[in-house]
Amino acid sequence: MTAVSEAATSSAMRTREATVRRFALTDMLFRTATRLSAILVLVLLGGVAISLIAGSWEALSKFGFSFLTTEAWNPVTENFGALAPIYGTIVTSAIAILIAVPIGIGIAVFLTELCPRPLRRPIGIAVELLAGIPSIIYGIWGLFVFAPFLQTTVQPLVIWLFKGIPGLNSLFAGPPYGIGLLTSSLILAIMVLPFITSITKDVFDTVPAVLKESAYGIGCTTWEVTRRVTIPYTRVGIMGGVMLGLGRALGETMAVTFVIGNAHRISASLFAPGTTISATIANEFTEADGNLYTSSLVSLGLILFIITFIILAVARYMLLRIDSRTGA
Amino acid sequence: MSTAQSLHQSRKRKNAVMMTLCVTAAGIGLAWLALILGALLYKGLSGVSPAVFTEMTPPPGDAGGLLNAIYGSIVMTIIGIVVGTPIGVLAGTYMAEYGRFSRLTTVVRFINDILLSAPSIIIGLFVYELLVRPMGHFSAIAGAVALSILVIPVVVRTTEDMLNLVPNALREAGTAIGAPRWVVIRSVAYRAALSGIVTGILLAIARISGETAPLLFTALNNQFWSSNLNAPMASLPVTIFQFALSPYEEWQQLAWTGALIITLTVLGLSIIARSLTGRREDR
Repeated sequence: MTAVSEAATSSAMRTREATVRRFALTDMLFRTATRLSAILVLVLLGGVAISLIAGSWEALSKFGFSFLTTEAWNPVTENFGALAPIYGTIVTSAIAILIAVPIGIGIAVFLTELCPRPLRRPIGIAVELLAGIPSIIYGIWGLFVFAPFLQTTVQPLVIWLFKGIPGLNSLFAGPPYGIGLLTSSLILAIMVLPFITSITKDVFDTVPAVLKESAYGIGCTTWEVTRRVTIPYTRVGIMGGVMLGLGRALGETMAVTFVIGNAHRISASLFAPGTTISATIANEFTEADGNLYTSSLVSLGLILFIITFIILAVARYMLLRIDSRTGA
Repeated sequence: MSTAQSLHQSRKRKNAVMMTLCVTAAGIGLAWLALILGALLYKGLSGVSPAVFTEMTPPPGDAGGLLNAIYGSIVMTIIGIVVGTPIGVLAGTYMAEYGRFSRLTTVVRFINDILLSAPSIIIGLFVYELLVRPMGHFSAIAGAVALSILVIPVVVRTTEDMLNLVPNALREAGTAIGAPRWVVIRSVAYRAALSGIVTGILLAIARISGETAPLLFTALNNQFWSSNLNAPMASLPVTIFQFALSPYEEWQQLAWTGALIITLTVLGLSIIARSLTGRREDR
């Protein structure tokens, strides 16, 4: 009798032990799987960096530092320099940010301070939905609708207007192609607008109501509250949003490829066709014959990767700072 | 008295001017975006016909449809999601459950956020170096891998955020009745965060279904019907790119129609995703 119950207990113990061991094993496996996946994210970014460096080695070792300072881009003589695409990338992104930031902040102020409550959510959602529209849509619109419009109306007018003014006349020199640096900048501005707006609106919402109410309480106007309380309080967050938009503009490919004109030269005029790093890669990569040509295009990719990595890292750091403040 | 009054007046005036500018900014921004969608609807709708969904992409100057491009997009999107989602969910699980306070999580979160906004054409170059060059030819597989790399950061981000919202009391209740960690995660945390995780996947689909740049030199394009994953495959965005830049009117019309299809798909997915989490917030 006792022997039987002992045997039963010990077998129960054994099953129990086996179950616990099985649980521990599965848990270990699951834990390892999740950990490996997390590490894979790091491996991916590392892999991107390594493959770009490996792919650009041939061009960079041949041209050296002069790759960055040469304007020439000649597939026939195999002489490549990245200056024109770098110039185009920086100019178009800078103009886009200059246009999009004031409008984006304006919309954010409108949404947080002025907009009637029932409209606030729909407009906010509409802005966020627009941030998700693929860039090729902006590109096709820019090519077929926006560029012809600029070519026939705005550009001739501006060229005529600034004809006699030194400085401005070379900045806005003709002929009006429609496509070019300025058109790309405007399209980019429209594209990054939803990003900047939604991030600015989010950081505006982190301002404690007490702060704003005390400013209103001593008689400040809405503008003064925005200028003296909201914007100083959220400055870091806004900068983070702007940098994020800048990172987006720098790397934007399709919208720009449609309307930039793909010309490897630097012209003073904003109406002239130019090129950007991503547009050059998108336009020429599949047609590149010869290892040096391909390698030069990958080098452009590496330069873009380094620029955007720095910008995005700074942006994330700034947004982290505002997150930790609201968390505290 | 009069200076005080004029100061008050000028402050009020300044306020009125700045607020008018803000309203104008909102008006300009929204009108501009409405203009784009309007043009898209106007130009795209005129080309919608059954042929778009039943015929192949035509040679220049001929009528045709977008069937092979739509098929290619769907196939590569599905493979991209199937490959990318499990990795993304598992990585997000590690960050929110096992390693919530570990240093690895902080690093992965930072890198993941950078990957999230990295230019997609760079991902295309990466996959070109990784797969296309060793294999020696363009293929739908390479395209799908490029898309899956774009899926991972989106899913990681939403999974981590959503799991972090699950109250710890739920996990503790699970652990208290003796369930091992992975059972708690699977049956409690995942279940509580399900709608959020699904939202992340939908957003990822929305993101990759419009991506062009990473497909340009991975999947390339294909004029004909092809279901061979080891060969170049057409996709809607790349076809739009090629057709829009062509001088042929039929091709340009198809590009507009394709653009409309993509936009409606992306907007539809985002709205579904939003309504899923929206319900959650209301609860």
